[in-house]
Amino acid sequence: MDLFIHQLFTGLSNGAIYASMALAIVMIFRTTNLKNFAQGEMAMFSAFIAWWMLGLGVPYWIAFFITIAVSFVIGVLAERILIRPVMNAPLLSILIVFFGIFVILHSLAGWIFGYEVKVFPSPFPEEAVFGTYITNHELGTIAIVGAMLLAIYAFLNFTKTGLAMRGVAENQASCKLVGINVNWMLGLGWGLAAAIGAVAGMLIAPVVYLDPSMMSGVLIYGFAGAILGGIDNPWGAVVGSLILGVVENLLGTYVIETELRLSVALVLIIAILLIRPNGIFGRTIVSRV
Amino acid sequence: MDTILQTRDLHASYGAVEAIHGINISVANGGITALLGANGAGKTTTLRSICQTVSTRGEIEFEGERIDGLSTEAIVRAGIAHVPDGRGTFLGLSVEENLRLGAYTRIDTQNIARDFDRMYDYFPRLKERRTQQAGTLSGGEQQMLAIARALMSHPRLLLLDEPSFGLAPIIVQELFRIMQEINVDRGVSMLLVEQNAKLALDVADTAFLMETGEIVTSGDAAIVKEDETVRRAYLGY
Repeated sequence: MDLFIHQLFTGLSNGAIYASMALAIVMIFRTTNLKNFAQGEMAMFSAFIAWWMLGLGVPYWIAFFITIAVSFVIGVLAERILIRPVMNAPLLSILIVFFGIFVILHSLAGWIFGYEVKVFPSPFPEEAVFGTYITNHELGTIAIVGAMLLAIYAFLNFTKTGLAMRGVAENQASCKLVGINVNWMLGLGWGLAAAIGAVAGMLIAPVVYLDPSMMSGVLIYGFAGAILGGIDNPWGAVVGSLILGVVENLLGTYVIETELRLSVALVLIIAILLIRPNGIFGRTIVSRV
Repeated sequence: MDTILQTRDLHASYGAVEAIHGINISVANGGITALLGANGAGKTTTLRSICQTVSTRGEIEFEGERIDGLSTEAIVRAGIAHVPDGRGTFLGLSVEENLRLGAYTRIDTQNIARDFDRMYDYFPRLKERRTQQAGTLSGGEQQMLAIARALMSHPRLLLLDEPSFGLAPIIVQELFRIMQEINVDRGVSMLLVEQNAKLALDVADTAFLMETGEIVTSGDAAIVKEDETVRRAYLGY
């Protein structure tokens, strides 16, 4: 029983990380219909920025928030400099740009920081407060991601800019006609996605250790979670990712070998796309003509 | 009456194809101008030109200032609101959120609350459906929502693209009555594009008739209404 509860919480904690990646993917997908394959590498690079600051002796939480801010700026700039010029190009060109960002960030991280695996500290103390049920890092991960989700929910639903962002996801032509600067909103979406990814990267690095390839598996889980919940619905993507985290972890403990866990995500992606392409909570807009 | 909007030698094109070829139209301050013509004459393109959502050449003057070359957002801020063809509803957002987006450019928070009440006075049906997803509204209600959303930006000029399109006659009558009321009460000038020429000429003071991207007839609405060619081609009697 203890093992089950522990694995359940580990699954929730992993699910929280996947949820962050899924949310970052959804933020960009909703406004542009593009799936940013470089989202994982952006998060990895953010984690390296944090690691570099920690190495300079910057206190953890200061480094944490500076990394989020820097990642936000990098996200906005990436949209402005790399994505906007190809926005009206054929899909394949845009995918190549995503792939380019992926490769550049991956190589840049390896070149600047080295490819050897590094230890990334957890901000939470070692000695477990809740015994064997849940580690402090898992609990902290769930708490931080929870707080972040609440903040984003509040932003999207209770602020004017958040409403405008939801408007951009709905109808960009009408947004211009009510005076919204759509380009700026797209940039903001990229900035937020990068900031969310940075949180995921910094929280997963203590678990999987820091190296330029650390996000490749996590990104696939994020995609699987987003597709399970519905890739155009941020809250569906979050719930889908939590379900995925728990199921994947329990399967890995009781049913299949740990090495096969990633294939759970891949099988799930294919199954969902075949059976229910909109995901569990995928939005179908009711429309009368 | 002075002029709120004036175009001079206005051309507009989609890619390499020019859709309107140097037109001069004007809207009187506080007036309603009708822009008539058959399908494909360039009426919708003319409205899009004024909002700069197509590429244009020539002059557009609003309240004495050139607005050609400004961004669409800047033109909205300058005081022009556009009710586009197809209504442009934010289908997945609630009625209230649609209206709130309409007021996006405004910072006078207290007046926005008052304008919400005014819109609900003009369109009681929208009040009933305040929290409903806009995509679930009927065509007529969505048209009301589109007009209310445009008015929420507190425009001095309203561009209306076929507000009667696809609506039952009784709804159209109600809509045009409310539009006239808004024109008189709030002094909002209007440029009205309509296929239903009779309806448009009844409410308008001035009319322009377009054919294949050019203005062929213009003048006082009452006079255009009596024009032999207009009557035969567009009024059907």
